[in-house]
Amino acid sequence: MAEEKEALFSKKNRALLSDPLNDNNPISVQVLGICSALAITVQLKPALVMSIAVLFVVIASNVIVSLIRNLIPSRIRIIVQLLIVASLVILVDQVLKAYAYDVSKELSVFVGLIITNCIVMGRLEAFALANGPWKSFLDGVGNGAGYALILVLVAFFRELLGSGKLFGFEVLGHKAKDIADSTGLYALGYENNGFMLLSPMALIVVGIIIWFQRSKNRKLIED
Amino acid sequence: MKFIRNTFDKYKPLFDKGGKLEKFAPGFNAFDTLLFVPNHTTKQGAHIRDGVDLKRVMITVVLALIPALIFGMWNVGFQHFSQLGEAGSFVDYLIYGSIKFLPMVAVSYGVGLGIEFAFGIFRGHEINEGYLVSGMLIPLIMPIDLPLWMLGVSVAFAVLIGKEAFGGTGMNILNPALVARAFAFFSYAPSMSGDKVWVADAASIDAISGETILGSLAAGKEAGYSVLDMFLGYIPGSVGETSVLMILIGAAFLLFTGIASWRIMVSATIGGAVMGLIFNSFGVNALMDFPWWQHLLVGGFAFGVVFMATDPVSAAQTDKGKWIYGFLIGFIAIMIRVFNGAYPEGMMMAILLMNVFAPTIDHYVVEGNIKRRKNRQKNNLETA
Repeated sequence: MAEEKEALFSKKNRALLSDPLNDNNPISVQVLGICSALAITVQLKPALVMSIAVLFVVIASNVIVSLIRNLIPSRIRIIVQLLIVASLVILVDQVLKAYAYDVSKELSVFVGLIITNCIVMGRLEAFALANGPWKSFLDGVGNGAGYALILVLVAFFRELLGSGKLFGFEVLGHKAKDIADSTGLYALGYENNGFMLLSPMALIVVGIIIWFQRSKNRKLIED
Repeated sequence: MKFIRNTFDKYKPLFDKGGKLEKFAPGFNAFDTLLFVPNHTTKQGAHIRDGVDLKRVMITVVLALIPALIFGMWNVGFQHFSQLGEAGSFVDYLIYGSIKFLPMVAVSYGVGLGIEFAFGIFRGHEINEGYLVSGMLIPLIMPIDLPLWMLGVSVAFAVLIGKEAFGGTGMNILNPALVARAFAFFSYAPSMSGDKVWVADAASIDAISGETILGSLAAGKEAGYSVLDMFLGYIPGSVGETSVLMILIGAAFLLFTGIASWRIMVSATIGGAVMGLIFNSFGVNALMDFPWWQHLLVGGFAFGVVFMATDPVSAAQTDKGKWIYGFLIGFIAIMIRVFNGAYPEGMMMAILLMNVFAPTIDHYVVEGNIKRRKNRQKNNLETA
């Protein structure tokens, strides 16, 4: 078979990994999975955990569906896919509850909502059903990483400007009630931007990222 | 005059195509056309070209703002001294006010025009003059004690996201000045709302109470100012919005020169009055009991109606649409400020909301018009 003769990291396969990072990013180009990008990007830590969770679910479900793709009757394929994704999400949820309870509480319903994350279903429908497991694995890594990239970027700006912290660490100095006791930027009269903590600002930050990306990446410019 | 013209003509070749400073041509042209009527002529077809270009329109609005501006600066001083119980002369108030206020104008124009120039040069298009008005409006609708860097950030956000992201002057869906205020309001809430920001230095001097009328009403207290004070503007508030009298002078000027739409002004006032009357008939709390016509005098209502709602870019374009648009602005503004005492900025939110809906309103007005004319044609054919 032609598929097996192809090198593991042929040019085509490498494109599967790199495309979703920039040219075909699930969030900034396809505009999928926006809801979770708005909801859990107030701080970096939950955003990172969420990214890892989605990364795991996309990869695992992509590989599983790809393995059994010839056994799934096409009429009920959505239900089968949902079943696989849902089982994986429950797995993630239980692991989070056991080992990272705080973060799991912060993410609350959004872990469960990975099931409905358009990126996961989108990749299954568009890619895993038609390609072999190795390619599907690469596709899952690429798309999961593309999602993670934007999530972490947005969370970086929102946490830095919104609460002056990164991973909960006060990088801009300490803000005390009295300005005389404050340190760092806060001693100069700097204040956190409360708007950054609200969801609309996440949308605007994503918008700015898209703006920036499109002005740099000539391929994305439409007529 | 001749001397300035000659200077411009002398340096013009430098900025022409192939000149040394070609890149900076947008900046040069902006100054040139700001000072002199541009000598562009139409090259094809029959057009009538008026000397009144966008810059003239914008300057007219700035002129209309002057009464409210000067009164605002005086009121900054007046509020500060009178709340401290100190007497001062007219000049004292004005000097104190200008020391507080002029840096805000400088920051607003500096940051805003800086970004506009940068975009003009970078993108190679002419510099848009829309910011002349926004840059004056922004400091007028901010509290006097707002730190200058916050003002700068808000201006940058308004120009970048409110305007340039959509393609510059004439393309923005929201009023840029209100975008700046909304950004500041949600970002730096402690510096934009509450009792301590409306009178200069209220935060550091305990003797100053500095509550606005809507603030005390929301807290269930009496307004504490006479109706005449509200009308003339001897009340704490954002710099330019307190004096209804001065705003009306500006409005008269705008209407006389035909720049602002009287339909929007009238319908917004009616809308506010109707909502006020509805609330008066219930009268459950202090805000609802506040007489409807006094609602129109406070909280920046007049300023919003005259200078913000009538913004020709973000308002509805059709005549019928303007009536609907204006009415809903007044209606929603009073509704927001009464239902949510924490948002006395009802006017700001109402205008931004209706800005978003203006194209929809226009769409249905135009559709309705087309439908009516089609029907008329059909009826004419049938009867004939």
